[in-house]
Formats: sequence, C-alpha cells, structure tokens
Amino acid sequence: MASSSAVTFDASAPWSLSPEVSLRDEAFGALAYHHGNRRLVFLKSRELVELVRRLGEFESADVAIGAVIAPGEHDRYVEALSLLVTSEILRGR
Amino acid sequence: MGADATLRDRFERGLAAPICLTWELTYACNLACTHCLSSSGRRDPDELTTAEAKSLIDEIAAMQIFYVNIGGGEPMIRRDFFELVEHAVGQKVGVKFSTNGTRIDAAAARRLAGIDYLDIQVSIDGADAATSDRIRGDGSYAQARRAMDNLKAADFGQFKISVVMTRESVEQLDEFEAMAKGYGAELRLTRLRPSGRGVQVWQELRPTAEQNRRLYQWLLGRPNVLTGDSFFHLSALGSPLEGLNLCGAGRVVCLIDPVGDVYACPFVIHEQFRAGNVRDAGFAQVWTNSELLRSLREPGSPGACGACGSYDACRGGCMAAKFFTGLELTDPDPECVFGHGETALAKKAPSSLPTTSPDHSRRIPVSISPR
Ligand code: SF4
Ligand code: SF4
Repeated sequence: MASSSAVTFDASAPWSLSPEVSLRDEAFGALAYHHGNRRLVFLKSRELVELVRRLGEFESADVAIGAVIAPGEHDRYVEALSLLVTSEILRGR
Repeated sequence: MGADATLRDRFERGLAAPICLTWELTYACNLACTHCLSSSGRRDPDELTTAEAKSLIDEIAAMQIFYVNIGGGEPMIRRDFFELVEHAVGQKVGVKFSTNGTRIDAAAARRLAGIDYLDIQVSIDGADAATSDRIRGDGSYAQARRAMDNLKAADFGQFKISVVMTRESVEQLDEFEAMAKGYGAELRLTRLRPSGRGVQVWQELRPTAEQNRRLYQWLLGRPNVLTGDSFFHLSALGSPLEGLNLCGAGRVVCLIDPVGDVYACPFVIHEQFRAGNVRDAGFAQVWTNSELLRSLREPGSPGACGACGSYDACRGGCMAAKFFTGLELTDPDPECVFGHGETALAKKAPSSLPTTSPDHSRRIPVSISPR
C-alpha cells in the first residue's frame, strides 16, 4: 500500500485533480482511479465530482467550494477534499 | 476507502462499466495446476486475433475501465503478449497480469520493469517446492522463484506473490509473509473455488472450517495483505474484512475469455453464466444489455440466509461456489461459517451438480524442466 502522503490540505491554497487520475461518472457520483498509486476512490455525490473537476479553475479550494457548492456545506467539502489529498487524487498547484 | 452501505447497494445494481475486468488471453498453458479455474492447457483455435484483441483494448479504454486483469492460461505464451500490454498501457489502461512465472527470464523481467502501469502477480501454491509442486507440477515452484528473483534483480518494484488458500498452504501464512517481505513484494491470498478443474479437487483441498477461522483472524490483523475481496463470506465471523464485501459478478466484476465470450465472473466459466461474445457487437453492448448480467443486478432474495443475523456481512457468499457444488443461488455459501452450507450440501443429490464447462485441459499432463 502506498503510504499516506505527508501533504496536508490547506483550503486557502490552489489545488487541482492530479494528472495521474482518471474519473468515471457513475450514478452515485464517480470513481476516481490514481494510475500511479493504484488507489480507487469513490466520489459519493455529483456535487463533489463537479467540485473536483473544476478545482483547478479557481485561485483556492475555498473559492472553488464557494462557487460550486451550496452555502452552509463548506466544512463538509473541506473535509472531503482533504481526504482526496491524502490519497493523492488532488495535488497542490 | 471503504464502501458504506448505500454505496454497496449502488454497486449491487451494477456500474456503468466493471471495476474488476478479467481478460484471459489464452487457454494455452505450460503447467497443469490441479485447481485451474479455467481448465486451461490447450490453446483454443478460435482465440481473438491480435487485431481483435487490440480493438477490444480500445473499447476498454473508451469505457474508462481503469485497468484490466490479464490471465489465462499463461498469458505470456501469446506471441503478441508484449504488444497487447503496450497497447493497453499506452492508453492508460493499467494491466495487472497473473503468471506462473515460467516465461520471466532475466530479459523478460527487464522488459517488464520498463513498462508503466503494469502490475505482476506470480502464483505459487506453497511456501516450499514440495507443497507447491503437488498442485502446480514438478519444477514449477523453482521457476516461479526464479521469476521473482529476476523481477527483483531487474528492479521491477513491488510485484505480488499470489497464493490460493488450500488446506496445506493456509498452514504457511507466516512463511508467505516472510517471502513477500524478502522480495519487497505484496502478498495476495485468494479463495479456492470449485471452478474449472477445481471442481474435482475442491473437497480435498479446501481449508477446514477451523483453518478458515484462523485465516480470518490472520487477515483482520493484516489489512495490507491483498485478497481481491475473496473471503467476504468469512466476514460473518465478526468485523468485515477489507473490500466491498459483496459478490460482484456482473455488477462490478466480469470476465472475457480467450475466444471473446463474456462471463459474469472468472469463476463461472459455464454456459449458464455466459452473457454474450465481444465479437458480436463489442463488450460494452454485452455489459449494458445482456439479460443475464441485468438479472444479476436485480435485488436478490436472501433465500435461506434471510434468517441469519450475519447476512449483512456475508451476503450469502460466493455464487460460483454455490453453483459448482450444486447449491441454489439462494442457498448459503458451501463454506458458510455457521455450517449452514454443509447442511444444504448434504441434502443435495449428486445429480444436481452442473454438467461440464468448456475444458481446455491437456489430455496428457506434462511435467516441465528448467530451461
Ligand atoms: S447463513 Fe448465509 S448469510 Fe449467514 S453466514 Fe451463512 S452464508 Fe452467510
Ligand atoms: S461469483 Fe464468487 S468469485 Fe465471482 S464475483 Fe461472486 S463472490 Fe466473487
């Protein structure tokens, strides 16, 4: 198993989907597969999928969440993104 | 990331494409393992051509199937083996291939080590030559170890050592763990199922109930040991093992055999579970529209397991194991940890066993000598 990366998630920094990751849409959201570390991760909502896809367009994860996700859910999505950083699905820009 | 209950329900209804697609490249094999799940030995004259195989890979890429598990037979026997692997990884379709190791000499190991997105699992059936060769044939253990040595020398990185759990090999768990550690390899343990030639040896080779309980405990403490989700019937003993803990056949799991026939799972190569052929209108068409696969995605009845408090953990076990032992698909798994499978088996007449599956066994077993 790949060890958890030491990178921590700072939501005020810019992030994007790793170029090593493929996304496949599914009825529940999407599957994300990291070709390098071979991890398969389940993105369990359409909103999260859209956020992950568009993350790279924004100056920070906070701004991306503000633009894509309904207000009031900010903290939940920060947590979801931070898990995706741990599995290297996302990477800092 | 583990799957929660709602996600598992979604998976049971099937996905847009498989997660775990196995593609057996050839029925040809230079070994004759007694438990071979695909009854391999002789090449089938109707196997997919290189051009057909490449267009299948293109379709797999288009379906966004992230990786394909290549097996056989012995996949490296196909002369276009490297060509096909390179065609797949070139489109970022990862390849995980399963081999008996006989063809991994130093040069092949170096070539394999140069390919990205490639995982290799070398199969053995014992931690020593005597135990392993009883199942895989004389000399096979030494050749598998030589393959591992070559991979290590070529700096392949982390390959996998794959072992089917039998009454003998399950007593050698710590030895396998040490062997994997010595190579910097991962250990992968899978369940012996009564599929292919395995149907003839299953009763005598399968671990006892007590051995299965010990295996479960051993695995619980070692989440890094890979199991391909194959022991989820043991999750009824307590905390769930790593994995999705469901029968993925036709839902997230699928098999394409060397002649392009599509089966619900690699362990059910039998007419009753044949969903179609990729030569007709491609694989996606079979995956999406086959009546058989669609029926496997319907909510199943828990049948005789309905009254069991552990149904949520074990889901009634493995469809293939039930089918090839003559049980109904709504019966408990033949290796149900509470013994309900044994009770169901005892009630079946021997005549309820399914008739034979496609068999490519060689008629005269061969023994191999080191090259
Ligand atoms: S009765 Fe069925 S659900 Fe319960 S443990 Fe046995 S096989 Fe699993
Ligand atoms: S039939 Fe058995 S081996 Fe095949 S997917 Fe289901 S549980 Fe796994």
